[in-house]
This record gives sequence, C-alpha cells and structure tokens, in this order.
Amino acid sequence: MAVLREETHTKEAARGSRSPVGGGAPALPPAGALPRARSRWPKRAELLLLIGPALVVFVAFVILPVALAAYYGFFSWSGYGAATDFVGLRNYVTILTDPAFLEALSHNAFIVVMSLVLQGPLALGIALLLNRRLRFQSLIRVLIFVPYVISEVVVGLGWSLMLQSNGALNGLLEKVGLGSLATDWLSDPGAAIWTLLVIITWKYVGFAVILFLAGLQGIPDEITEAARIDGASYWQVQRYIVLPLMGPTVRIWAFLSIIGSLQLFDLVWIVWGQYVAGTAGTSTMATYMVANGRSSGSYGYGNAVAVVIFLISLVVALLYQRFILRRDSAVTTTGGAH
Amino acid sequence: MAIAAPVASRPRPKRRVSEQSRRSSLVSYFVALVLVGLMLAPVAYIILGGFRSNSEITVDPSGFPQAWAWSNFGSVLASGSFWTQVLNSTITAVCTTAFVVALGLMAAYGLSRYAFRGRGVVYGLFTAGLMFPLTVAITPLYILVRDLGLTNSLAGVIVPQIAFALPLTIIVLVPFLAAIPNELQEAAAIDGLGRLGFFFRMVLRLSLPGVITVGILAFIGSWNAYLLPLFILNGESSFTLPLGTQAFASQYAVDTAKVLAFTSLSMIPALIFFSLFERRIVGGLTGAVKG
Repeated sequence: MAVLREETHTKEAARGSRSPVGGGAPALPPAGALPRARSRWPKRAELLLLIGPALVVFVAFVILPVALAAYYGFFSWSGYGAATDFVGLRNYVTILTDPAFLEALSHNAFIVVMSLVLQGPLALGIALLLNRRLRFQSLIRVLIFVPYVISEVVVGLGWSLMLQSNGALNGLLEKVGLGSLATDWLSDPGAAIWTLLVIITWKYVGFAVILFLAGLQGIPDEITEAARIDGASYWQVQRYIVLPLMGPTVRIWAFLSIIGSLQLFDLVWIVWGQYVAGTAGTSTMATYMVANGRSSGSYGYGNAVAVVIFLISLVVALLYQRFILRRDSAVTTTGGAH
Repeated sequence: MAIAAPVASRPRPKRRVSEQSRRSSLVSYFVALVLVGLMLAPVAYIILGGFRSNSEITVDPSGFPQAWAWSNFGSVLASGSFWTQVLNSTITAVCTTAFVVALGLMAAYGLSRYAFRGRGVVYGLFTAGLMFPLTVAITPLYILVRDLGLTNSLAGVIVPQIAFALPLTIIVLVPFLAAIPNELQEAAAIDGLGRLGFFFRMVLRLSLPGVITVGILAFIGSWNAYLLPLFILNGESSFTLPLGTQAFASQYAVDTAKVLAFTSLSMIPALIFFSLFERRIVGGLTGAVKG
C-alpha cells in the first residue's frame, strides 16, 4: 500500500530521478535542501544511530537468508552440519522437470489471472459504493473488511468445515432444493481450484478495497463537483473522471496481487494440507516448496525451489514495471497538464 | 447496479433529482447489505456453530443454534492453553509492532532529513525488501534462527517479523517525515533543539498518522502470522494463536462445535483492534498518497 506513493511520485520521478528499484518502489523525496550539520562526525554518528539498527536487522534477516537460499540451492543437504554435497544445477533440473512442480506453477498462473479478473472489478465497485455518503458508513466498512482482518487459519478452518461434503453449504443447498448441486467442494479436482478462488476473493478483496478507498480519497472533490455542475450523471463522473484517475492505484494493486498470488501458501496449506493439495489440484509453488523441502528433510532442494519462485516473481515484477508501471508514468507526464 | 441515470445535459426539475437520488441510495444500501451479508456469512457460521452441539451440527450443518450452548466457549476459556496462546500472540505482536515502529521511524528520519552519500542506495535496499517475501526466505531463515538457538522461542518469530515489516514501514513513513517543513526544524534549531532533539520532541507527534497506520498493519500481520511461527515454534507452550487454533482443530477434530468456539474466540482481538483503528488506516494511507 505504501507503493501507492508512486502515484504521486511518478511525476517527480519522471521529471528528475527514476525510482531506484523495481517492484513499485516509490521515489525518494530529495533531502538536498536540508540544513547542513555543523561538523561531519556528529552527523555520521547520528546517522549510524538512526539507520544502523534497522539496516542490521534487515540485512541479517531478509537479505542474508535470500542469499543463503541461492547458495544452499546448489547442494544436496539435509539441513544439519555444513552443506558439502555440491550438486551444481541438479536440483534446478529436477524442479523444472517435475510434473508436480509444473502443475503447481500452472495453478499459480491461474490464480494470478483469476484474482485480477475477480477481485479488481469487485473491489472497485465496493470502493465506489463505500465512498458514497451512506448512513452507518463506517460500520459497513468495518464489516466488509472483516475477512481481510481475521487470520488465514481462522478463514481456512471455517471454510473447510463449511465446505466439507457433509458441511453447511451442501446442507443449505439441500434445504433450498438445489441438492443436486452439492459436491465435495474441497477434494473434487474439478471444483477445488474454484473453491480456492472463492476463498481467496472473499479474504483479500478487502485489501484491494482499502487501497482503492485511499486512492479515491486522494481525488479532490472539486473535480467531481465541477463535473456534476456541468451536468454529468453519477455514473458518468465515475466512468470518465474517477476511474481514469484511479488508474495508477489499480495498477499498483494489481502488482501486489500478482506477487501475492505467486507466493500463495497459507490458505492452501491450512485448508488442503500438503497431500490433498496435490490430488485436489490446488497445490502452489510454495506448498510444493515446503512439502518437498522441509517436510521431507531436503533443505538444499527446498532452497532451490525458493530461488525458482523468487526468480519467477522477479521476472514478472520487472516485466510489469517495464511495460505497465512505466507506461503509467509516461501517461502521467504527458497528460499531467494541470 | 441497473440504475444508470439517463444522460441529461440540461438541468432537471429538482423534485425528480431528489427522488432519483433517494432511489439510487436505496439501491446503494441494498447492495451494501448484500455485500455485508456475503462477507459475514462464513464468520457467522463459525460463531453460531460455537453455540451449537455436535449432534445438531451433524444432523443439520447449516442450521441455527437451538439451545444456545455457552459451554463450548466456557470450556475453551477455562483451558490454560488458550490463554497461553493469547499471551504468546500478544507478546509477539506488541514487541514486533513496537520495534518495527521504533526502528522504522528512526531509519525513515535518517533517510528523509539527512543529506548523505549512499542515501539512495540504502533506501533502494529497503524498498527492494518488498520483493523478498517471507515465502522465499523461510527455509534459510529457519536454519539461521535455529543456529542462533532461537527456535521455539518468541524472539525467533519477533526478530524476523521486524525485519520483514521494515520495508513497508519505511516506505510509508519517509513521505510523512519528508513533508515536515524545514522552517520548523530551523525554528527548533534556533531554540536550541538539535536534530535528535527535534526527532524526539516534534517528529514523533507530526508523523503520528503514518505511525498508526504502519503500527496497525504490523500488529495485525503479526497477530495472524502463520508460516513463520509454523517453522520456528514447535512446542505447544510457545504456540501463537494461529498455530494453537490449528493444533486444537486437529486434536479435537470430532468436536466440531468446540473447534468453532475456539476459532471464534481467537479472531476477536484482531477484530476489536481493527474496528478501533479502521478510519486511521485509510486516513494514513491517504496521507501517504498526498505526501
């Protein structure tokens, strides 16, 4: 959500420096005009004191593990003692030729696309609705965000009890005379991935709504009011004024959604577990990683899978940055005549 | 959503407008009601199920409680393990939030109000952190934590959580701190306040909306965390609520009503916390957008 800032800073970024890193990183506002310190050393000491702790924790527990994953990925290693059994690229060959991994990858790809298609329009609609002046507005908002706030474990347990073959959904279908629709929502390979999509949409649409609401509140009332005075209807205002202005926010949400879908683990692991996920057709790259890495004691292999997931995410992120977010900033500069 | 108003470029009579807007707001309320219903139905299923008996649930899985049974909740609340897990989750979330906010604010202050060489690189490193999700790092992270002797301790969860929450925190806070006018800092300097004094006396207060936003996100993220505790914590006494809930569910797999009661109780704290601060989250993000 922080990445929202890009929206305002792309203009700046296009004018001056480009944003430093890929992945929707916002540009750093200049600090050039700040008052200079009287002498050099106290300033360095202050800086060390301010930035040092965060940097140390961040490098030690984020950067180092990722680097270690790249290293261990070249070994066959059970996780104890030093990794000595160097196997070169063998782990990677195994991963990329394992049908189970390729299947998991295809599930991830499906989830990426369907999450965008299902959540995007839905969240935009909800955000527009919640942005209207309604009575009980803040109560309605809180209630709609409930799924996003409760933990994946609660969501997973609740849904799996509800959807099991003798669960509440089938019971309800029976009651309203649609008993023929009842199926085993969790283990039927034809239904399971759709079940997963429904749960994902239900759980994460709130996140998109929060982002979109923040974006909507950033649109000045004067613009929409001016359009209303010129005789535009509510829907015309939304279609021709609000939606175009929401473009950058939507594109950044889409970026976060794609990365999240590629990394999906919790819900699948909780609802399906490592064995059923494989047979029901809901396994993801991350569940494959844990099942074939830690759960089977092959830490070298697990790390190699992590590297593959990372590289796939990175390539997707860079392509997105290159072709979508960048065009975004170009549009902002050419169209930003206000 | 079938209420597309007729395209009209001339002013319409006033009465018609108000009638139309009343109709459209009725539709809005109806849609909102349906949405709220869909979002709450699974939650309601969990909570209502906690008030039922197992035989009721087996006979009619989608029914309402017939005799509201408080005993499921009572027995969960009377068990020591539930409260241990609440305590573990609270310690973990509070420590994570406190350190993320403190370290993030300090780093964001250094990055936004000091001109120094390597500033862009350091900031770039933190923003690159958004590209390193926990999923990718979890296996080596587990080994690192194990080698530090922190498995099965809350510290082993807290420290990595702080590290992974820092990028977002810093990215949200930098614009807040950069937006503080230099004149204010100069005035404070004239009054004899150094840069660090300015930080403690003024910056904390001025960046409060951003601090609250990142604090809530860190707290809820920690409260709900699953993957990291799953790897680090393996003894029941160190379980946080998500792990405990899952363990309870597999231990009492036949006692569905009790599992539902446990699950409903475990989601209450995050819900309270969020409903108290919901306005602040959207507000803080909007502030970040306006920069």
